[in-house]
Amino acid sequence: MSSNEKTLKPRRSFIDWFLNSNGATSVAVVLLGFLVAIILVALVGKKPGNLLRSLLISMVGQKNNRGVWNFRYVGETLAYSVPFVLTGLTMAFACRVGLFNIGGEGQYVVGMTVAQAFALLVKPFPGMWIACLLLATLCGALWGGLVGVLKAKYQVSEVVATIMLNYVALYGSRLISLNLPGANTYKTGPLPSQALLQKFLIPTSNLNIAFFIMIFACVVYWFIMEKTRLGFGFRATGLNKEAARCSGINVVKNIGLAMAISGAFSGLAGACVLLGGAFTSGRVLSAQDGYGFMGIAVALVGNNTAVGTFIAGILFGILKEAQSIMQTMDIPKEITYIIQGLIVVFIALRSGLELIKQQRAKARVRKEASK
Amino acid sequence: MNLIISSIPTILMIVSPILITAIGGMICERSGVVNIALEGLMGIGACACASTHYLMEAGGSGRYSLVVALLIGMVISALFSLIHAVAAINFNADQTISGTGINLLADGVTIFASQILFHADRTKEFRIGMTTDALGLYPTAYIALAVVLIAWFVLYKTPFGLHLRACGEHPAAAESVGINVRRIRYVGVITSGVLSGLAGGCIVLTQTIQYTSNTINGRGFIAIAAVAFGRWTPLGVTGAAFLFGTAQALSVIATNFPALKSIPSEVFNIIPYAITLITLIIFSGKDYAPRASGQPFTEARS
Repeated sequence: MSSNEKTLKPRRSFIDWFLNSNGATSVAVVLLGFLVAIILVALVGKKPGNLLRSLLISMVGQKNNRGVWNFRYVGETLAYSVPFVLTGLTMAFACRVGLFNIGGEGQYVVGMTVAQAFALLVKPFPGMWIACLLLATLCGALWGGLVGVLKAKYQVSEVVATIMLNYVALYGSRLISLNLPGANTYKTGPLPSQALLQKFLIPTSNLNIAFFIMIFACVVYWFIMEKTRLGFGFRATGLNKEAARCSGINVVKNIGLAMAISGAFSGLAGACVLLGGAFTSGRVLSAQDGYGFMGIAVALVGNNTAVGTFIAGILFGILKEAQSIMQTMDIPKEITYIIQGLIVVFIALRSGLELIKQQRAKARVRKEASK
Repeated sequence: MNLIISSIPTILMIVSPILITAIGGMICERSGVVNIALEGLMGIGACACASTHYLMEAGGSGRYSLVVALLIGMVISALFSLIHAVAAINFNADQTISGTGINLLADGVTIFASQILFHADRTKEFRIGMTTDALGLYPTAYIALAVVLIAWFVLYKTPFGLHLRACGEHPAAAESVGINVRRIRYVGVITSGVLSGLAGGCIVLTQTIQYTSNTINGRGFIAIAAVAFGRWTPLGVTGAAFLFGTAQALSVIATNFPALKSIPSEVFNIIPYAITLITLIIFSGKDYAPRASGQPFTEARS
C-alpha cells in the first residue's frame, strides 16, 4: 500500500506528510486539547491567560519580588513527570507487543505497597532504597506477568483482567497497609531515612534521584525494544501474532514476559512516588492515584516510543504542577484533567485519519486511471 | 434471620444502580461495541443529577425535581456517550482508548462543573433525596426491575432485539439482510449512556446527598465485571449484579452480623473482582462474549 502510494505520486503534499507522521498528529492532538480547554475556560468567564501563565511558570519557573528566578516549580514539574513517564512506559511496552495494559494502576499500587511494607518491617540499613526499588519493580513485574499468563494460557482478555486486578491491588494494599506499624486510616508510620530517595539540584522542590532512574528506565525500554532479539520478537508478536508464531517465535512466552516487563515499570513508579514524595510516611490508599490511567494517555501521546513517552511524561508533569498555580489564579485545577481526557479522546478519533488516508489513496488511483 | 431481612433494603439500594449500568453495558456489547466508559458516564449522570436536584430544590420546585434531575442526568450522560459512539462506529477507533478517554474526561468535567456552579470541588448538598416506600425500598429497586424486564423483552421478543444481537455476532451477515449496523450500534451505545446516567442519578439520590469525586468509586467497573460474569444475558447479568452488589453492601453492613464482624471490609470489596477473574479463568475455553464485540465494522464495498 505505502509503496504503491510512492510510485503513484513521488512528491508528497503537506497533508500526506501530516497524515503519515505520528509525531505531527500527536502534537496536533495535544494542541487541540489545549485549544478546547482554553475555549472552555473563556466560556465559563475565567481568564485563559492565567491558564497559559500557570503552564509557563511550571515550565520555566518564576521571578520573585527581588528579581531572582525561582526554579522550585521546574523541580516539582520534573519530579511529577517521573511516575507519568514510568507508567507511560508500561502502557507503551504492552502496546508494542499488541496488548492493552490498563493495569498500570494496579502494578503501581503493588509496587508502592511492597516498598513501604519492606521499608517499615525490615531493620533499616544503608542503601535500603535500592532494595525497596528493586523489590517494587519485581512485584510490579509479577502482577503484570500474571495478566500475561492469564491472557496467553487462558485467553482472558487483558483489558478485563487488568481492570479486575487494579481493584484487587487497591483493596489488597489497604489490607496490608492497615496492618503496618503506626498505621491509621490514611497513612502508616514514618519511613526510615535510609529508604528515602536523595534530593538534588533544587533542594526546595521534591526533585530527587528518581528522575535519573526514570531516564535509565527509558534507556532500558529503548534498548530491549529496539536492540535485542527479545525486542524483535516482541515487536513481531505485536505486528502480526500468527506470522510471528509461524516464524518460530514463542508467542505465549512473549506475551507473559512482555506483560511482566511492562508491569515492572509501573511497580518502580509506585516506589518512586512513595520514597521520593513530599510525605515521609507510607500511605493507606483510599482511592486510586490515577497515575496508571494517565500513563495510558502518556504512551498514546508519545506513540509508544521511549523518547515520545519521555516528552509526553514531562508534558503531563507540567500539567500536574500547574494545578497548584492555577488554584491561586482562579482557574479550577480540574481543567488539567479535562485537557488529558480530551487528548485521549482525540487520539482515539485519530483513527479517523486512516479513513481519510484511504479515501485520498483511492481518489489518487482513480485519477491515475482516468489519465 | 431478622437481620438478613432488615438488610435487604440496603442491599437492593446498592444492587440497583450496578444492575442498571450493567444492563446498559450488556446491550452495548451485544450490539458489538465494548464500553469501558461506564464508570465515567455514571459520574457524569450523577453530577448532572445532583446539581439539577439541588438547584431545583433551592428554587422551590422540589416536587418534580427528582424526576427532572434523573432525566437531565440521563440526557447529559447520553450526550457524552455520543463521543464513544462517533469514535467507535464512525471512526473505527480503538474502543478501549476512547472509553478510557471518556473516563478521564468525566473526572475533569464533573468537578470542573462543580467548581463553576458551586465554587467547591463537589456539588452543594441537597436536603431530601429519594424516600423509601412502605416496604422500606427505594424507587430505584423498581426502576432496576423495569429496566431488566424491558431489556429482556426488547432483546429477545422484538425484531429490533434480534437485529441488535445479530450486529454483535456477525455484522456482515446482518448488513447483508438489510440491517443498518451503524444505526443499531448507535442505539446500543446511547442506551448504555442513558442507563449509566440513570444509575449515577440513582446512586446520588439514594446513597448520598451530593456528588464528589468519590461517589461512583469503581461501581462502573463492577458493572463491567457483572456483564462478563453474567455472560451477556439479562438473567445472568442480574444474578451477577446481585452477587456483586451484596458483596459491596456487606462491606458496609457486615458489622451488624456477629459472624462477619471480624472480617475487614476490604475483603468484601475484593470479592466481585476476584470472582470475575476466577470464573473467566475457569470458563476460559468457552467464549460467551458477543463474537464481533469490540471490532470496528466497515460496510462491504467493491
